[in-house]
Amino acid sequence: MSPPLLQVNDLKKHFPVKSGLFGRKSEFVYAVDGVSFEIARGETLSLVGESGCGKSTVGRAILRLFDITAGQVILDGQRIDDAHPGTMRQMRRRVQVVFQDPFSSLNPRMRVRDILAEPIRNFGLAKSAEDLEVRVTSLMDTVRLPREALNRRPHEFSGGQRQRIGIARALAAEPELIVCDEAVSALDVSVKAQIVNLLQDLQSEFGLALLFISHDLAIVEHMTHRVAVMYLGKIVEIAPRREIFAAPRHPYTRALLSAVPLPEPGAQRNPIILKGDVPSPINPPKGCRFHTRCPLVFDRCRVEEPVLRATGTEQWVACHLEDGAVATSG
Amino acid sequence: MALLEVDNLQTHFRTPGGINRAVDGVSFHVNEGETLAIVGESGCGKSVTSMSLMRLIPEPPGRIAGAIRFAGRDLLQLSDREMRAIRGNDISMIFQEPMTSLNPVLTVGRQIRETLMIHQGLDKQAAEAHAVEMLTLVGIPEPKRRVREYPHQLSGGMRQRVMIAIALACNPKLLIADEPTTALDVTIQAQILKLMLDLKRRVGAAIILITHDLGVVAEIAERVMVMYAGRKVEEAPVAELFRSPRHPYTQGLLGAVPRLGSSLTGTARRLAEIPGQVPDLRKPITGCVFAGRCALATDLCRQYAPGLEEKGPRHVAACHYAAKGAVAA
Ligand SMILES: Nc1ncnc2c1ncn2[C@@H]1O[C@H](COP(=O)(O)OP(=O)(O)OP(=O)(O)O)[C@@H](O)[C@H]1O
Ligand SMILES: Nc1ncnc2c1ncn2[C@@H]1O[C@H](COP(=O)(O)OP(=O)(O)OP(=O)(O)O)[C@@H](O)[C@H]1O
Ligand code: SF4
Ligand code: SF4
Ligand SMILES: [Mg+2]
Ligand SMILES: [Mg+2]
Repeated sequence: MSPPLLQVNDLKKHFPVKSGLFGRKSEFVYAVDGVSFEIARGETLSLVGESGCGKSTVGRAILRLFDITAGQVILDGQRIDDAHPGTMRQMRRRVQVVFQDPFSSLNPRMRVRDILAEPIRNFGLAKSAEDLEVRVTSLMDTVRLPREALNRRPHEFSGGQRQRIGIARALAAEPELIVCDEAVSALDVSVKAQIVNLLQDLQSEFGLALLFISHDLAIVEHMTHRVAVMYLGKIVEIAPRREIFAAPRHPYTRALLSAVPLPEPGAQRNPIILKGDVPSPINPPKGCRFHTRCPLVFDRCRVEEPVLRATGTEQWVACHLEDGAVATSG
Repeated sequence: MALLEVDNLQTHFRTPGGINRAVDGVSFHVNEGETLAIVGESGCGKSVTSMSLMRLIPEPPGRIAGAIRFAGRDLLQLSDREMRAIRGNDISMIFQEPMTSLNPVLTVGRQIRETLMIHQGLDKQAAEAHAVEMLTLVGIPEPKRRVREYPHQLSGGMRQRVMIAIALACNPKLLIADEPTTALDVTIQAQILKLMLDLKRRVGAAIILITHDLGVVAEIAERVMVMYAGRKVEEAPVAELFRSPRHPYTQGLLGAVPRLGSSLTGTARRLAEIPGQVPDLRKPITGCVFAGRCALATDLCRQYAPGLEEKGPRHVAACHYAAKGAVAA
């Protein structure tokens, strides 16, 4: 059996930061602190969780935008977290990214044509000048932008149109995995629907895998195969879509789902309001990292850290309540 | 009296391919303490409208015409200096792209502080303390450390919250929030929306909320204006708009959102799309702006532009057929 397209083993990324009086004390932000998952070819895995919990850091580690602190990132059986620049080049082609804020990632001086041609040239994908032109124009068709827009520059487009340029640029490299970091968050609903449909089409056509980072849980539910829920640098629950949305087990997952605003004015919701502040990733709480805000916290949670445990066949939850342990006090 | 009255706003851009009529004759008002949501397809002119209100459109290539009366004064007639005093103080804005509107070489604390020092005349210490307080309010953990950090050291959602902190720092009378919660998870989003509503309650602020999230619209807006291709095509109180959208574009919009629970109800695997593209705003448009994509379009639509007509109480739409009930979903 061939290995999964992507394997992430016990990934850690700790950012050094200065703190204390006059910045003399050196500490670490435990942005990602031991995360493991796999993505199969043609699969969509979504990463969800509170702002600052480390989702983008996971994405950037996979793209190798920095050196990781510990762990392994394995693409198609080959480690890429410590790969040499030579091997990295091909690896870089195979994993592409689309960010939320396409403006800061698109060179304002370049025309769209050159933005799209750049990765095609860099990775030597075009056989000739004609082939390059064909590829560039067909990318515009794929993301449904008019061909005449090829001669325009990013600032002449709206936010949503720029996002389509960002997606076209990612597709230009013919990747196998695309990290979509809030890629559809800023889009209007009709363009979002188009892009989501487009990503699903590309997935079924080319077997494209997606690491889909998003706060939009309705979109996640619509398009994902599996979901990993993160909290303070760790995965607290990972399961197939149906389990997450129909039978979430982790108290944090439940709170998250309950907070989604519904597109129905006056709709009755009973959001689980989390008390307390989001703890600092510099001094994450001892025991269960969620214990300072968990409505179901009990004694054991404060001292012992729960590990991810299989509950159903494919549903993994890191919570002591899944251990058959009885909550005795609140 | 309306706090803000926008009358026939036209913001056009000179481009190599012709004049881009990004906003083309839009009128609306916002009352004190009211929340107006603006929704619409990407590129329909929402951000340009809000940047026009702030007079932040680069001129040239841009040109703003019409009238923007804020508390009785026409902002378009003010000097740059008078406008600077209003911006960030009476009217403040949360920008759509936080990374491009925060200064990368200044700490976030300094950026909040400066707003406070310029507009509220606070001294450095008081401004610093208030900056920390603002970061706490927007739910940023360890605000004392964060004030000393630079934008790139923060997560996307934290940067957005810094922007929100700056926008709220001076208790504006009008807050323009362009996609304020897109980078935020739902729990923080709920917190931010509550902050905006608090501002409204505390100082009677009005809010213009631009968002693609119809859940957020349903939750906090009182009225909704739907834009398409630089024009207003529909406007109604929020419940009315969701219950009986009249314009085919609005109907398409409401149909394109997935609902939570879709994996259980086994709803269609594909999201409904509105086929086609927005018209090129550099070319003259005769007839209805939506005709090229509208399933109901007739020759009448292609020849005569529909005007905004009353379709119900406080409900207007620009469609030849909306009144006849022919487009009822
Ligand atoms: N270059 C950096 N230096 C220091 N700290 C960093 C750096 N990049 C990220 N962090 C910190 O790491 C943590 C995780 O950040 P990350 O961007 O991964 O969060 P996220 O889950 O993507 O959040 P969001 O939903 O807001 O985008 C945050 O506390 C952030 O401040
Ligand atoms: N500086 C500029 N020069 C030329 N055209 C511009 C400029 N700024 C905006 N436009 C054009 O104005 C139109 C409206 O853009 P705007 O940013 O207001 O859209 P939007 O409704 O905010 O879209 P989104 O939902 O994607 O943010 C677009 O066609 C855009 O190309
Ligand atoms: S381990 Fe305890 S604190 Fe953590 S999620 Fe479970 S019940 Fe809550
Ligand atoms: S006027 Fe005609 S084309 Fe325009 S929205 Fe109404 S039915 Fe459609
Ligand atoms: Mg992020
Ligand atoms: Mg915009």
